[in-house]
Amino acid sequence: MSVFVDEATKVVYQGLTGSQGRFYGLLNREYGTQVVAGTNPRKAGSDVDGIPVYATVADAVEATGATASCIFIPALGVRDAVIEAAEGGVTFIVCITEGVPAHDEAWFFNKLRRDFPQVRLLGPNCPGIISPGKANIGITAGHIAKAPVPGQAAVGIVSRSGTLTYQALYELKLNDIGVSTCVGIGGDPVPGTSFIDCLEAFEADPDTHAVMMIGEIGGSAEEEAAEFIASKMTKPVVAYVAGVTAPAGKKMGHAGAIVSGGKGTAQAKMDALRDAGAKVGLNPTEAGELMVEVVRDLG
Amino acid sequence: MDLYEYQGKQFFARYGIPVSPGEAVTSVDEAVAAADRIGYPVVVKAQVQVGGRGKAGGIKLANDADETRTHAGNILGMDIKGHTVEILWIERASDIAEEYYASFTLDRSAKKHLGMLSARGGVDIEAIAVEDPDAIAKIWVDPVDGLTEQQAKAWVAAAKLNPEANEGTVDILLQLYNAYVEGDADLVEVNPLILLNSGGPRTGEVHALDAKVTLDGNSVFRHPDYEAYDATQVRDEREQAAHDRGLQYVGLDGYVGVIANGAGLAMSTVDIVNQVGGEPSNFLDIGGGASAEVMTGALEVITNDPSVRSIFINIFGGITKGEEVANGIVAALGRVDIDQPIVIRLDGTNADLGREILEPHLSDKLQMQPTMVDAARTAVALAGAGDGEPEASR
Repeated sequence: MSVFVDEATKVVYQGLTGSQGRFYGLLNREYGTQVVAGTNPRKAGSDVDGIPVYATVADAVEATGATASCIFIPALGVRDAVIEAAEGGVTFIVCITEGVPAHDEAWFFNKLRRDFPQVRLLGPNCPGIISPGKANIGITAGHIAKAPVPGQAAVGIVSRSGTLTYQALYELKLNDIGVSTCVGIGGDPVPGTSFIDCLEAFEADPDTHAVMMIGEIGGSAEEEAAEFIASKMTKPVVAYVAGVTAPAGKKMGHAGAIVSGGKGTAQAKMDALRDAGAKVGLNPTEAGELMVEVVRDLG
Repeated sequence: MDLYEYQGKQFFARYGIPVSPGEAVTSVDEAVAAADRIGYPVVVKAQVQVGGRGKAGGIKLANDADETRTHAGNILGMDIKGHTVEILWIERASDIAEEYYASFTLDRSAKKHLGMLSARGGVDIEAIAVEDPDAIAKIWVDPVDGLTEQQAKAWVAAAKLNPEANEGTVDILLQLYNAYVEGDADLVEVNPLILLNSGGPRTGEVHALDAKVTLDGNSVFRHPDYEAYDATQVRDEREQAAHDRGLQYVGLDGYVGVIANGAGLAMSTVDIVNQVGGEPSNFLDIGGGASAEVMTGALEVITNDPSVRSIFINIFGGITKGEEVANGIVAALGRVDIDQPIVIRLDGTNADLGREILEPHLSDKLQMQPTMVDAARTAVALAGAGDGEPEASR
């Protein structure tokens, strides 16, 4: 098994006709993802390399039975696109777009929670999600991920950072460790899916045996995850937190990556995770090595 | 984007929040002319994006033109914690009865907007939060519902202000929330929010004596006028050079220049340089790809920094393939004059092909290492550092 998405997930790409949407939509299809539709109100009836384009998500869902959407719409259209997807009937929305205003994110997070509680949003500003060997929705290079091998322990990955997610997938592949699902939750201030959502899903997934968690400075999501790990997780967790040396008050690339008012430091996050029983690596390679030990101990 | 006080007050005024009449000026003559128009007494306030300007002598009361001239002359050009004063805000002096605190920001944990109001304003709110947390009345606002008048009234009552200030404060908080949402602000803070003395005809009048506003740079598509604020952001020379090239850069105090693709990897690279005993000169994220153009810009920014003694390029190829990255690096090396030795770590998609392309270009001044840790150690060694303070010369 895997979490959130698998080979049966049918995905509609909002913005499939744009350059990014087309590029990654086709790459994802090549990987094996069921890319069943695209949307563009001005190009309904056309197709992108054989993938039918509909005016709205609702139309696409009706015609194809899509259950998930992937958003490659420019930032100014994301607020409407998220609501269109939820109203259209999909239950999983992956928003790749970066640069979405924080007020929009806060608004649609609460709107979804209230009016569409069955819908899960991943992102915005995230690399997407990959269940290796089954489905890849987003911008991750599929071949750097190793599919789980039956009978061997598989690792679930959850990460706030894009390139560090790839780094983690790669380190595990080099060590011959399979990944059940890798979820990039994104670096923005109001991510639709949190560390805890993913930890909970991995804990419940019988085919995930250990979890790699990659955090970064800013906010308190890692501290909250640590509480969850301490109280609810039985599976081993290996963690890494980027930004130990980040100065206070400076945004390190991501809108969410800022140490402010003495809060959100990497050190505090690592301490919390270690106290919760997670193994904490000081750099991505060390985290990979720790995971190798964990997997070896799992047999 | 952080606004100066004068920009914050202009921002507030657009949303109907009462502020003292005032003008922003850049010379002594302008200051006097502005003060004459506003009417005495006035306050001459240094415009710097750093706290503690009052203690540093950057805020002075002037009763007439001569005093305005003296204070403006003293404050313009003054250095306040490393920030040179180039702009003054001249505003009419206020007859203050009481000082309060009010703000809105996003509570990332609750995923709702957090409003804070305190009867103890005019001082460091973080100190109040520690020593007397009950002195801050908080409200969490659901972004879908917004702030209602009824909620605002209950919130103000909970803050136990002078009852005379209640009505005016409710009005201001509703306006402030509107400014925060409509204006796409990350933070709006009024400290102090003041109740004016009611000696005259004005009873219970409340207004914003200071303005701290941080705008969300991602919202510029809705607010094209915010582009103007970008030009007044405080950046050091290196940060400005990177900004001009569209690069994500944060200046640090060390001597190992860092270039990486992706914010997380760039942060991680900075960390690892520290872990092996070095000090990074910067955080620089060149984004997903690594084209010759982007790499050239990055190397220009790094090599123009005199404190840089070695350079660590850390690239992980995902969708962007190793050979594309390598070609970009090779092309950039041909375009930029580089004195400092460079260490490259290239991994990920087609890393082997990329390394093959780099191989013929390797020398003492251009090295390649297989892992982040090895590359960081080499870069630190090439900077003439290791443990303790590095040598002064290259």
